[in-house]
Amino acid sequence: MYDIKALYEATSVEDACRLLKEHPGSQVIAGGSDVLVQIREGKRAGKELVSIYMLDELRGICLDADENIRIGSLTSFSHITKNPIIQKYINVLGEAVDQIGGPQIRNIGTIGGNTCNGVTSADSASTLFAWDALVEIAGEGYRRVVPINEFYIKASTVALKEGEIQTAIIIPKKAYEGYKGHYIKYAMREAMDIATTGCSVNVKLSADKKTFEDVRIAYGVAGPIPMRVHTAENFIRGKEVNEENIEAFAQKVLEDINPRDSWRASKAFRCHIGVVMARKACEKAVKQAGGKVDDRTEL
Amino acid sequence: MTGQSYKLVSCTINGKKCEKMVDVRSSLTDMLRNDYRLTSVKKGCEVGECGACNVLIDGEAFNSCIYLAVWAEGKDILTLEGLMGPNGEISDLQQAFIDEAAVQCGFCTPGFVMSATEILNSGKLYSKEELRKLLSGHLCRCTGYENILVAVEKTMKKRLGVE
Amino acid sequence: MEVGKSVVRVDAFDKVTGRTKYTDDLCDASAYVAKILHSTIAHGRVLSIDTGEAEKIEGVVKVVTCFDLGEYKNYFPTAGHPWSTDVSHQDVADRLVLTDEVKFYGDDIAAVIAENEVAASQALRAIKVEYEEYPVVTDVLEAMKDGAPQIHKDYPNNILKHTSISRGNYAEAVKEEGLTVVDRWYETEPVQHCHIENFICYAYAEGKRITVVASTQIPHIARRVVGQALGIPWGDVRVIKPYIGGGFGNKQDILYEPLCAFLSLKVGGHLVKLDCSREETFVANRTRHGIKFHIISHVRKDGTYAARKIEMFSNQGAYASHGHSIAAKGLGAFPQLYPCDNVEGDAYTVFTNRPVAGAMRGYGIPQAMFAVESHTEDVAKIMGIAPIDFRLKNLMPQGYKDGFSKNENYYDTFRQCIEKGKAYMDYDNRLKELSNQTGRIRTGIGMAAFWYNTAVWPISLESSSSRLVLNQDGSVTLQLGETEIGQGADTAFSQMAAEILGISTDEVHIVSNQDTDITPFGTGAYASRQTYVGGFSIAKTAALLKEKILDYAYILTNMPPSITDIKNSMIIRTTDNRELISLRDLATEALYSPSDSRHITAESTAQIKSNAYSFGCCFAEVEVDIDMCKAKVKKIINVHDCGKLINPALAKAQVEGGMSMGIGYALSEIQLVDKKTGKVLNDNLLDYKLSTCMDHPHLETAFIENPEPTSPFGTKSLGEPPTCPVAPAIRNAVMQATGVGVNELPMRPEKLYEYFNKAGLLK
Repeated sequence: MYDIKALYEATSVEDACRLLKEHPGSQVIAGGSDVLVQIREGKRAGKELVSIYMLDELRGICLDADENIRIGSLTSFSHITKNPIIQKYINVLGEAVDQIGGPQIRNIGTIGGNTCNGVTSADSASTLFAWDALVEIAGEGYRRVVPINEFYIKASTVALKEGEIQTAIIIPKKAYEGYKGHYIKYAMREAMDIATTGCSVNVKLSADKKTFEDVRIAYGVAGPIPMRVHTAENFIRGKEVNEENIEAFAQKVLEDINPRDSWRASKAFRCHIGVVMARKACEKAVKQAGGKVDDRTEL
Repeated sequence: MTGQSYKLVSCTINGKKCEKMVDVRSSLTDMLRNDYRLTSVKKGCEVGECGACNVLIDGEAFNSCIYLAVWAEGKDILTLEGLMGPNGEISDLQQAFIDEAAVQCGFCTPGFVMSATEILNSGKLYSKEELRKLLSGHLCRCTGYENILVAVEKTMKKRLGVE
Repeated sequence: MEVGKSVVRVDAFDKVTGRTKYTDDLCDASAYVAKILHSTIAHGRVLSIDTGEAEKIEGVVKVVTCFDLGEYKNYFPTAGHPWSTDVSHQDVADRLVLTDEVKFYGDDIAAVIAENEVAASQALRAIKVEYEEYPVVTDVLEAMKDGAPQIHKDYPNNILKHTSISRGNYAEAVKEEGLTVVDRWYETEPVQHCHIENFICYAYAEGKRITVVASTQIPHIARRVVGQALGIPWGDVRVIKPYIGGGFGNKQDILYEPLCAFLSLKVGGHLVKLDCSREETFVANRTRHGIKFHIISHVRKDGTYAARKIEMFSNQGAYASHGHSIAAKGLGAFPQLYPCDNVEGDAYTVFTNRPVAGAMRGYGIPQAMFAVESHTEDVAKIMGIAPIDFRLKNLMPQGYKDGFSKNENYYDTFRQCIEKGKAYMDYDNRLKELSNQTGRIRTGIGMAAFWYNTAVWPISLESSSSRLVLNQDGSVTLQLGETEIGQGADTAFSQMAAEILGISTDEVHIVSNQDTDITPFGTGAYASRQTYVGGFSIAKTAALLKEKILDYAYILTNMPPSITDIKNSMIIRTTDNRELISLRDLATEALYSPSDSRHITAESTAQIKSNAYSFGCCFAEVEVDIDMCKAKVKKIINVHDCGKLINPALAKAQVEGGMSMGIGYALSEIQLVDKKTGKVLNDNLLDYKLSTCMDHPHLETAFIENPEPTSPFGTKSLGEPPTCPVAPAIRNAVMQATGVGVNELPMRPEKLYEYFNKAGLLK
């Protein structure tokens, strides 16, 4: 039994925005896998909840007229992973969210919830940063779109104003066309875990697969919010695909990432892992993109 | 309001149409255990980490502890009790859990059986490693998962007529 | 033959259909909900508790604080040990149902009784507490220092107990020339049991008596302790144990049975339920003891030991619980596993402001085996001797007899187990293949042996009682005080009774639930004792019942018991195997006979004054990703000699569960405590890294079935041993792969990072 002051079930996006305005201080609940846990902890106990769980209009994935990929905010992780559009264009996102929790969590957890709680460890977030994702937000009578890096403001705070909910995540065609990616979740066990650090890399290679035309790399738990690592990206753009460049690229991430010391892992450890992950994820992404690089990690 | 707010929840539970006034603060675990006395739905952590409260909603596995009871409206819910046939028959999967000694204290068993039910209902042939991933949302301290995996794998292969 | 067969678990059908009732499933909906207010400091005194706001919350029935104990202020012990009538041997009584003297972060200082859980939780948040704070100490060596915060007043330097062992003359022996000295420290951390059913109980009064229904391994002990805590006659307490969702030793302690009974009495005997949350289970139940070991070995060139020394520092946490028994068991193993003429050993159990450590599967032996078998590997490496050769040279030989327990190693068990393990791993070939690796991902192979002994004699009482009733149809009902906690005890017991009675296991109806008003006395599930000790009791009672049955058969058939027996549920004449009458017909006649009606029952107590070793080993192949600081078990086998198997399928399942716990102990599990505040940091199943099924390889098991001569069924302990050798086997595999010996558990990534960094493996 949850300590909930009142529960309002929204019947449409408009209705949800109206309910949120009517009940200042109320909390949106989507799948509930974070919000309900926080209520039980006492953190959000006694609050009014506006449930958007029943809004099927926010579920599903499609390509819009410009072939941008539109993911409804309530789409569950398992549905993202299984979706043919995701598999065809940005499979790495499906792979990333397939590493969240366990199967039951992936059935209830939504990409909207994963991003709206504003935590740095969200497995979807680093990949969305790497894909230059856009976030669609609805208020009463309007919709607006912000880039994902502007959506995250600080730890646990995102760019939602009172009376707004997130309605979709959009991956623009120009961001995914020609790119291949790989996500590595570093955790203490193989399932049911949060990321100690997460690293998502996607690459665009030249036609002959010998040059990095573009590389995007993003991290979770390398700072208070998910982040891109531009120094490393700028370093490797235009460089030849080889071991030394990838190693140097991996070392460069240290100039940007800033993980903290916590009881979950020390800063030194997270930095070490961050470099190793950059190298491994980049090597994997290069392979996916049809490039060649000696994999030195195997026996 | 002090929380004593009720809502009519109509849904199908174990194949039967059901309707009850439910406290809106209830989790689905609360509703199934307290209002319907379906006690196979176990509480092990109440935050979606152990999988003991797992049930199928419209064929997909959910931890009922972090699912609001009112969201069950219109849904088709299956708990372990629902696997038993009208004359007390049990599923081949349950029989495999018995035969393979996949049961010890039995507290995680209902959750595992329900996830395995979803997995086998897919009609797909999975590798052992895939099965491990598909069952990884359940914690068990007794079995080391070994016989559970064997029971699920054997039943899957039997149903698909392989080996 | 019923014993030795893999019969299906007697409770399997109910468990796969959800019929099995656990404590919470049985509790009536009218129950009040009790929730405990835990301290938010680790050491100090409660000055005042303001319950005013909490009491105003709708649905709150009563708030009871540590200042409201009144006549119920009775210090009681919690260890699930048999009572000792010898005062000097009794467990330390240092707990109150609620306390104002806070000794760890999470201590029980007040409780709310409410009509529902939401009101109870709101009330907890509304209570205001004023403390006087004392300095906190969480480290065992810090706690022993002069001037450390004093946690219990009668224990200087916080030492709960110190015991020593000595053999030969260590001081002289180390002077021998040409000895190599290996001097190392090994450390293990507290871990938690993580049974999936949290501890739960409910209590209500009937007449002047109190009934507690509890998820416990030890109902008869719980009865005594609730009596002690409430200061009422023990017979006024009735404890009922339904099916339980695992225990692993945590429920071999008295947790909140006394508090729940007390709270019921505070509301006029109304039904009160106390259901621990997972967070409470982590913080305010029990943990495994973290123990620091210091081992010094003086080794001759030929690989034999001249002298050995061990020091153990066991972190007890805030209250005595099982106390020194754990360290003492580990200390006892040291001179036995690798006997040496000159040994010195000291074990200290020390109070700290950590959560309370108690019994957990293995009871000190997983810790001791990690230290001893890591050390053995280190010594072998330094001496340049192959680790298995070194072990076989020094392990307890066949014929060894321990002077204290009188345990005897009747067989060449260690060699047999090791041979079996080697064969499965293809050890010799793999070892060759895996030598001289230079890659960033390397694979190693390692092993460890273990020592364990069954039951608690001669340290404590070993006694078990059972009852058999012949039913009208020739089936029997079996009751005993020893408990089913998931391990399969009920099935093994049923098989034993069937075996002696000449009937099939499905004709034995075991009463799984214990009720201290009804069930014969037995101390319960611990020390891997039940199959061994319960076996004596069942054999004795079944023989008694059989005697009565054959006496009655004499009346019906005129054939004297000297030439009759029961086989396949028939009374037979042994001289020609003729079937005289079915047991069913005899049973019906016996009960309903107009001329000689009898209720044929038997009951007996078996007191056991023997004990049995239970040995084996683990082999593990481990892949180490040096850059990622991760070790992953790729192949693993446990080999056990636990005597004759009563039920091979259940024995195998039991070993697999123990191996899983061992893998977690090796690689991921640790209870993290903030040193400054004493607060547990990872009190949930997300942050506490219990293995999922993706964290294991296939778990292989094998047995050597040397019959145990002291057991009527040739059997001995198996419940705890599987956990004991796994962590050192994995540690030794990591060392074989990388050259780095990790001397601290768990070998989680940060620990490997620290060790690999130190060893220069990370550029």
